[in-house]
Amino acid sequence: MRGRQFASMLLATTAALSLAGAAGEASAQARKHEGVTVNIMTFTGPQIAEPLQRRAPDFEKATGAKINVITVPFSDLYQKLLTDWATGTNAIDAAVFAPQWMVDYVAAGLLEDLTDRVAKDTALQVDDIAPFFREFSQQYGGRTYLITLDGDFQMVYYRKDHFQAAGLKAPETWDDYIAAAKALHGKDLNGDGQPDYGSCIAKKRNAQSYWMISSIAGAFLQSKGTSQGGFFDTRTMKPLYNNEAFGKALDVYLETTKYGPPDEINLDVGDTRALFTTGRCALTLDWGDIGTLAIDTTTSKVVDKVGSVILPGSREVLNRDTGKLEPCNPTLCPYAVNGVNHAPFAAFGGWSGGINKKAPAKVKDAAYDFISYMSQPAQSNVDVTIGRTGFNPYRISQFKNLELWIKAGMSEAAARDYLGAIEASLASPNMMLDLRIPKNQQYQQVVLDTALARLLAKEIDKAAAMRAIERGWEEITEEVGRDKQLAAYKASIGAK
Amino acid sequence: MSSHREPSALGRFLERHADQILIWPAVLLLLAFSIFPTIASATLALSRLDLAPGGFTLTFVGLRNFQRLLFGSQQDHLLGTMAPLGPLATGLWLAAAGLVLVGIARYVVRNLGREPLALVVGLFGRVLAALLFLALLALVLSTNAPGGFPGSLVTTLVYVLGGVSIQFLLGLGLALLVARPIKGRRFFRVVFFLPLMVTPVGIAYGFRMLADTGKGPLAPIWQAFGLEEFAWAADPWAARIVVMIGDTWQWTPFMFLVLLAALETQPKDQVEAAWLDGAGPWQVFRFVTWPAIAPVAATVVLIRLIEAFKIIDLPNVLTNGGPGFATESLTLHAFIAWRTQDLGGSAAVGYILLFVAVVTCTSFVNFLAKRARGP
Repeated sequence: MRGRQFASMLLATTAALSLAGAAGEASAQARKHEGVTVNIMTFTGPQIAEPLQRRAPDFEKATGAKINVITVPFSDLYQKLLTDWATGTNAIDAAVFAPQWMVDYVAAGLLEDLTDRVAKDTALQVDDIAPFFREFSQQYGGRTYLITLDGDFQMVYYRKDHFQAAGLKAPETWDDYIAAAKALHGKDLNGDGQPDYGSCIAKKRNAQSYWMISSIAGAFLQSKGTSQGGFFDTRTMKPLYNNEAFGKALDVYLETTKYGPPDEINLDVGDTRALFTTGRCALTLDWGDIGTLAIDTTTSKVVDKVGSVILPGSREVLNRDTGKLEPCNPTLCPYAVNGVNHAPFAAFGGWSGGINKKAPAKVKDAAYDFISYMSQPAQSNVDVTIGRTGFNPYRISQFKNLELWIKAGMSEAAARDYLGAIEASLASPNMMLDLRIPKNQQYQQVVLDTALARLLAKEIDKAAAMRAIERGWEEITEEVGRDKQLAAYKASIGAK
Repeated sequence: MSSHREPSALGRFLERHADQILIWPAVLLLLAFSIFPTIASATLALSRLDLAPGGFTLTFVGLRNFQRLLFGSQQDHLLGTMAPLGPLATGLWLAAAGLVLVGIARYVVRNLGREPLALVVGLFGRVLAALLFLALLALVLSTNAPGGFPGSLVTTLVYVLGGVSIQFLLGLGLALLVARPIKGRRFFRVVFFLPLMVTPVGIAYGFRMLADTGKGPLAPIWQAFGLEEFAWAADPWAARIVVMIGDTWQWTPFMFLVLLAALETQPKDQVEAAWLDGAGPWQVFRFVTWPAIAPVAATVVLIRLIEAFKIIDLPNVLTNGGPGFATESLTLHAFIAWRTQDLGGSAAVGYILLFVAVVTCTSFVNFLAKRARGP
């Protein structure tokens, strides 16, 4: 009896000491950022902002730092940050934004260099972050300025059930995509008795249309590896968006409109995702978000009915020496698979967190810890499986651990399909990188976006759209300096 | 017995300079919030902003931002795609030019006896307004000819001239209706006033939902008319009309409210006398009511003109300026340039807007409002 009493007392004492220890540890951590407030800006969302807002109270409880998430519309985010930081207002301490913009922010000396912090941060497990995001999205000029929170690649999603019923295969080329969209357009895809759409692509102006066209164009423009680049000729910095190959990409882009919703040119990705997950579209082109939104049983009508594939390719590509669209051969398309050139487009590059260089030291510390906390596997491995977070997989462990996805509601086959498409994109030696040179916002969001919008609205024809893009891009290049832009472009894609 | 004390030196100083002391705070506020930003934006309009270590640099580029907008790669965006004028449009423009010339000639003939400086200044203003009017008319006609497409300048003029005219007519009609002794007058006054209190972004989102023919709250009605597949956002004029409907819904109450106040203050005895003399409703309105409310009407239209030039929320939320840039106003044009780091281009668009708005509103005051107000 005494022995039992003693054992019980020992157990109780040990438990009490453990709790006290934990409390002590917690209070020690709490002291670390006690009284610090971090103003962190991102876009309105609800994606991206949601996980930050949801996890901020837990972080505050653990460290004492108050995280104040400020949201602005996506189209305003770049300029809001720039204005706040460049004018010395510095009301924003950190931000979650596009790695593309890093080139402008770093050039102006606005971003904190995180290289040393990341090197010392074992909890971040930086080696688990896939090399593309670790070495490209997070870094500029060999230094780390950002921490990846989201992995972004554009892929094609299709309705597996209807493809099988119609005897169609997953699209391998853009011609296959068009053929499938045409075959399924007007069919009832969700059983409501109404005809649905063959293809849904976000084509709204001032939204995401300029990424969509580059996802299509990549297959026709870039065939000799990532360092060849898909936007400019690395010899002259002349735009690649006015030639036979880009014309073919525009043909595909315009053709998909025939099989889309009537108001497709006023739809952004929020709209097309809603249409696809409610079963109204046979095909769509999007980032990884569809994979997790499709398994959300509260909103999705296509649970376990969705297939994902690497961006379709082309059997013809641009020969930069002749300026013509020519059939693939081993010289022209060294990375072609079955004679098809794929150029998966790393559109946007994934939402990433960075810190204002002018923020007070204590705030920088708290901001870093919060961004790192968000990226650490304990948090991110859960967040990437939830559709509403907008976070897509970017860690090696997230690709390897199927259990994560099965637990989230995906079937094993769907998980393999989804992760396989992302991995295939990541592993491609011909991955097309997004534009990351000074004034990339003007090249893409103004010149390219406007020309596309006018083309879709039938204000101009294909040739005029290509001329407008070339003229606008050349004007910006000349303004900033051709040599400077060429050097920046080559550095951004690893060209020699 | 009361003694008169001499004011102190400070008191005397204050008394002597009271006018300046009272006016300077207002002048300083005006300088701080209006003049200095105008100068700063003029600097920006002539510069290019580049990011550089430590923040940014401004490089003087002269009129390059304006050149790009008026003659360079942005010409389509600002002015639109111009097509050759057909015979009808050419005839219309020539007729307008003839009328303008006659108007200027009449002005010169009538004012020959005036002081030369006043005549020159008056003539200069009229010639400037006439040139701008004829240039804008040519632009409107050529961008609406087959093969042409309006840019943000013409779209803004459509919103301003079309929208304000419709709002004025509707506001006047409602005011005339509610000014009559009808049942539920007070209720209608409040109801008609409500849209003015809603924020423009709220109105834009509201109209976006209402105009959604596929899944909006009015979808069953659109579908009953067979419009479920009608994509208004894909049709330039349909999209512009939806923007104008939203703007009209918001601003008609303003016209209504001011015109109602004017109607209620007009002398009743004149109206009654006109009725007794056997005048019909139209004659009463034309010869009694209109002269009484015309000065107020001119003022309210002027206020709306100035405001209408700044339209941004509705096209931004409803269509993002699309399809193409069919619904993009000058303010939205400037905003899009601003948020993509083209601050010089944005300021240049702002200055073009300022020029067009000032000349239009000044011309309205000189040629229409003054006549409406009477001598």
